[in-house]
Amino acid sequence: MTDLPFLSLVIWLPIIGGMIVLAAHNAGDNLVRWISLAISVLVFLVSIPLYTLFDTATHEMQFTETASWIPAFNISYALGVDGISMPLILLTTFFTVIVVIAGWEIIKDRVALYMASFLIMEGMMNGVFAALDGVLFYVFWEAMLVPMFLIIGIWGGADRIYATIKFFLYTFLGSVLLLVTLIYLYFQVGNFSILAFQDVQIGMTAQILIFLAMLLAFAVKIPMWPVHTWLPDAHVQAPTGGSIILAAIMLKLGAYGFLRFMVPIAPDASQELDWLIITLSLIAIVYISFVAIVQEDMKKLIAYSSIAHMGFATLGFFLVYGILENTGSTNGAALGIEGGLVQLISHGFISGAMFYCIGVMYDRMHSRRISDYGGVVNTMPVFAAFFVLFSMANTGLPGTSGFVGEFMVILSAFQSNFWIAFLAATTLIFGAAYTLWLIKRVIFGEIANENIAALKDVNRREIFILSVLAFLVLALGMYPDPLVEVMHSSVDHLVEQAVTSKL
Amino acid sequence: MKLVYLGVVLAPLIGSIIAGVFGKVIGRSGAHWAATLGVAISFVLSLITFNHVVLGGAPVFDETIYTWMVSDGFSFEVGFLVDNLTAMMMLVVTFVSLMVHIYTIGYMHDDPGYQRFFSYISLFTFSMLMLVMANNFLQLFFGWEAVGLVSYLLIGFWYKKETAIFANMKAFLVNRVGDFGFLLGIAAVLMYFGSLNYAEVFADAPSVANLTMEIIPGVEWNVMTVTCILLFIGAMGKSAQVPLHVWLPDSMEGPTPISALIHAATMVTAGIFMVARMSPMYELSVTALSVVLVIGAITALFMGFLGIIQNDIKRVVAYSTLSQLGYMTVALGASAYAAGLFHLMTHAFFKALLFLAAGSVIIAMHHEQDIRKMGGLKKYMPITYWCMMIGSLALIGFPGFSGFFSKDAIIEGVHASQIPGASFAYVCLVLGVFVTAFYSFRMFFLVFHGKERMDKHTKEHLHESPKVVTIPLILLAIPSIFIGLFAIGPLLFGDFFAKEIFVLPEHDVLAKIGESYTGVLGFMLHGMMTLPFWMALGGVLSAWFLYLKRPDLPAQIKQRFQFIYNILDKNYGFDIFNNAFFAAGSRGLGRLLWRKGDEKGIDGFMVNGSARAIGWISVRVRNLQTGYLYHYAFAMIVGLMLLLSWYLPW
Repeated sequence: MTDLPFLSLVIWLPIIGGMIVLAAHNAGDNLVRWISLAISVLVFLVSIPLYTLFDTATHEMQFTETASWIPAFNISYALGVDGISMPLILLTTFFTVIVVIAGWEIIKDRVALYMASFLIMEGMMNGVFAALDGVLFYVFWEAMLVPMFLIIGIWGGADRIYATIKFFLYTFLGSVLLLVTLIYLYFQVGNFSILAFQDVQIGMTAQILIFLAMLLAFAVKIPMWPVHTWLPDAHVQAPTGGSIILAAIMLKLGAYGFLRFMVPIAPDASQELDWLIITLSLIAIVYISFVAIVQEDMKKLIAYSSIAHMGFATLGFFLVYGILENTGSTNGAALGIEGGLVQLISHGFISGAMFYCIGVMYDRMHSRRISDYGGVVNTMPVFAAFFVLFSMANTGLPGTSGFVGEFMVILSAFQSNFWIAFLAATTLIFGAAYTLWLIKRVIFGEIANENIAALKDVNRREIFILSVLAFLVLALGMYPDPLVEVMHSSVDHLVEQAVTSKL
Repeated sequence: MKLVYLGVVLAPLIGSIIAGVFGKVIGRSGAHWAATLGVAISFVLSLITFNHVVLGGAPVFDETIYTWMVSDGFSFEVGFLVDNLTAMMMLVVTFVSLMVHIYTIGYMHDDPGYQRFFSYISLFTFSMLMLVMANNFLQLFFGWEAVGLVSYLLIGFWYKKETAIFANMKAFLVNRVGDFGFLLGIAAVLMYFGSLNYAEVFADAPSVANLTMEIIPGVEWNVMTVTCILLFIGAMGKSAQVPLHVWLPDSMEGPTPISALIHAATMVTAGIFMVARMSPMYELSVTALSVVLVIGAITALFMGFLGIIQNDIKRVVAYSTLSQLGYMTVALGASAYAAGLFHLMTHAFFKALLFLAAGSVIIAMHHEQDIRKMGGLKKYMPITYWCMMIGSLALIGFPGFSGFFSKDAIIEGVHASQIPGASFAYVCLVLGVFVTAFYSFRMFFLVFHGKERMDKHTKEHLHESPKVVTIPLILLAIPSIFIGLFAIGPLLFGDFFAKEIFVLPEHDVLAKIGESYTGVLGFMLHGMMTLPFWMALGGVLSAWFLYLKRPDLPAQIKQRFQFIYNILDKNYGFDIFNNAFFAAGSRGLGRLLWRKGDEKGIDGFMVNGSARAIGWISVRVRNLQTGYLYHYAFAMIVGLMLLLSWYLPW
């Protein structure tokens, strides 16, 4: 059982499954849906042993697989996970099941292509998280854009073409620099192994260049200010499933890159330029929150709130140097990094749930404008209860998962600098401001118009999705230890790498 | 005992879940039985706890229930600390909550959201118990925010009312401002004490007392002072101290039972409880104590003034709550923690009583809350009348009633205190006594005495409220009278809080008063010879004169002092300022950053700008691709010449 190639399975099962679904497009939409569900559930089940069989005592890569791929350039098919990437794979396999169910009766046009896109994308995203070879990583990283491009481009809203091109060019711009960096590193090492990249000695100038090139590649994905403006447009145009995957998983890829590439490969440059990341993260938290307050479109509001929440992850990752300088030890740095990682997972649940909620309303009202809503609780009380719960999680209420990551990062930030913690903690106020104002205008109040009066409350399929997400949000909030526990060894190792000079 | 404590906390939670999730299935009576039973179990178990811990003298219970998370060597836990302070708070919370549950059966009888309401108040009881029973800052913060959440849900309970859903958002946001400080305070605790566990933090407090930190470069701040003030900002939000008091009056938009439970008796006193719990830290920073003292004094007096001009029966009581919270805060600042907690307890009983009595009046008046339209209700509702009388006498500190002992102890304590700001606070408190008596009896006389000013229809239907409403009133009236007599000795001058509260000998004002304390009677006699008693009497007499004897005078006074009236009517301008500056300011800034920063700057200039630039360049470059052979030939020749000139050695 433990010898099964779990990582290859979570990558290739959905990709092959996606092909099968495509081939079966004439078999009738219902069958296509059931096949897709079966595949996504199977992949999710296959990914569970990654957690249950995971050895928390080591920072070494686990479930590794290696095979030569392009021997001429020493490119290999190398897979493996540690405590940083493993939870993200589970998040991916889980959310694919959710989007398959979420699109069940909503998507009526080209069902097979829709389902196949998500399945194939799942495999590719898992590939990004599991790849230990630079080229393999890059291939998955780029290939992943295609299904998302199709999802927004085919099932998107009115302005989908502008949004897809913006999305594609933005992310592509960053990726090209990533490729250059990978090639540079190949010439230093002689192969494309990411772990070898992490160990090689590199001079300061080269480190700074690597850092900046990768920063651009990853910052676009996260996205960080000022390369974030593709996200609100992409979200607004994307169908609900696309938004869920975009928010819950795709944004995490950039943050993952920070930890897998930037910090271990260029630790001295990270130390030199940590102020840059911290400043951009704080801008994301403060500036973007203000922008979120005045949004008139629900999806844009949540998109902006996503950017602000991702700011916590990037902030948490780069506190280590400030803490070292301020207190003379790295005590508290792992708290920040683990906090950032928890924030990634938690934000996946919460933003996924928020986008799903907006999708539920959109399916009925065909509008995302806040001003078209008001008093939804009168006609959809069950839905309103869920929406308020997820909103509260979005404001970081203790007892929900939204609290855990932010709490850890703020606690860690305080050890670095009072003002960093101060600015980060303003999210308590501004995060609550934009979320509660949204609830007030959409959910509460008198029934605003006849469309609201005609709304039907959520059906069983919708309740199922909302309940599962609600359970996870609460479970992670009440008892985060099972998640944090798997990270310790890898994060401790990372902190060590971060403060070990390569000069 | 661990099981008992778990039961105390979980019983209301289970009740809440049953009433909330299965409300439709089990129906209205099923919901109120589930919720009330849960709280009743919790109350009984609290009694057992009190008997065990306080009367039985059991050792302090301080244990982890489960480890929430371990990260970076820090252990974050959920656990209970049960000592005399906790036992007292548990009893107060569950008792008032039980009374409110029973009362609600009558008060909310016809409300369509009946089950939801029970679910919320039980959830509140759970959250509040988690707060007071915490043995660490993490769980404290959990309870702290959870009570805030339930308060939010309950203020906006009637979600169709625009004023209610505005008030609940305002309450949550203002509380979040406090929590912002509170969270930073917790971060400071973790950084300097290396733990969030109370016992470990308190044990380390002396060694941290002399550390300094730089917040502004070059200026050294005492760590303890910074930490305590940050934590106190949290208390200012929750316990509605100036300038974070603005949410409490608006919270009266919620149903009356929750005004009694949450916005008078329990939740708003969380800040007081927290500071008292942290006494080993606050004692080590005179600066922090002084801040607490002055903020409390300002709240006590100036919020009292606002009570004078209110015409909504609930708002009068709300402003009196603000003012009384100020008294408790002052007690903390003067290091008379025990007196603050004593007042917290007596206040919980008599203020819940006043609110529930006010609610009883409101039912009788068919949800009319304007006291100018009441009058002469005494003969229609005798039980409510006498309960309101007891509550008011306790509130103004009439000798013998519970409020007298606690309030007098605070005033005496401040009188004896040497903390900077104590003399200012003393003046505020003594004047505050007059104000309290005045507005309390102004309301009392306007409601129950004088001319019957209600319309004919309402008058015909006036009657005493049903038993389910009046019995909780009577049960609350009993401790409102007697609890002070019994509790003052052990609480203030005995060793009830010996283990729980730490006071430096040089700050110990209660010990100073205690030297001359001979017993309850002596305390009462002494009280009648001091200024506050005469101030209270003066307040009642003035109210009687102005509102019963010469009812024409108030209008004239208002006319004469229009300017002052306007200031009070506008709540000193806090709301206007907050709306204009914070609310409108944030929206303006947000719009600016969005339109100018994101749309114009980044999208317009950088993103679409680079697309335009590429287009512009390609148009220019296209001019080179003319298709004429001689153009290309010419370019080749020029190129060749350049290359040659580069490589040829001249």
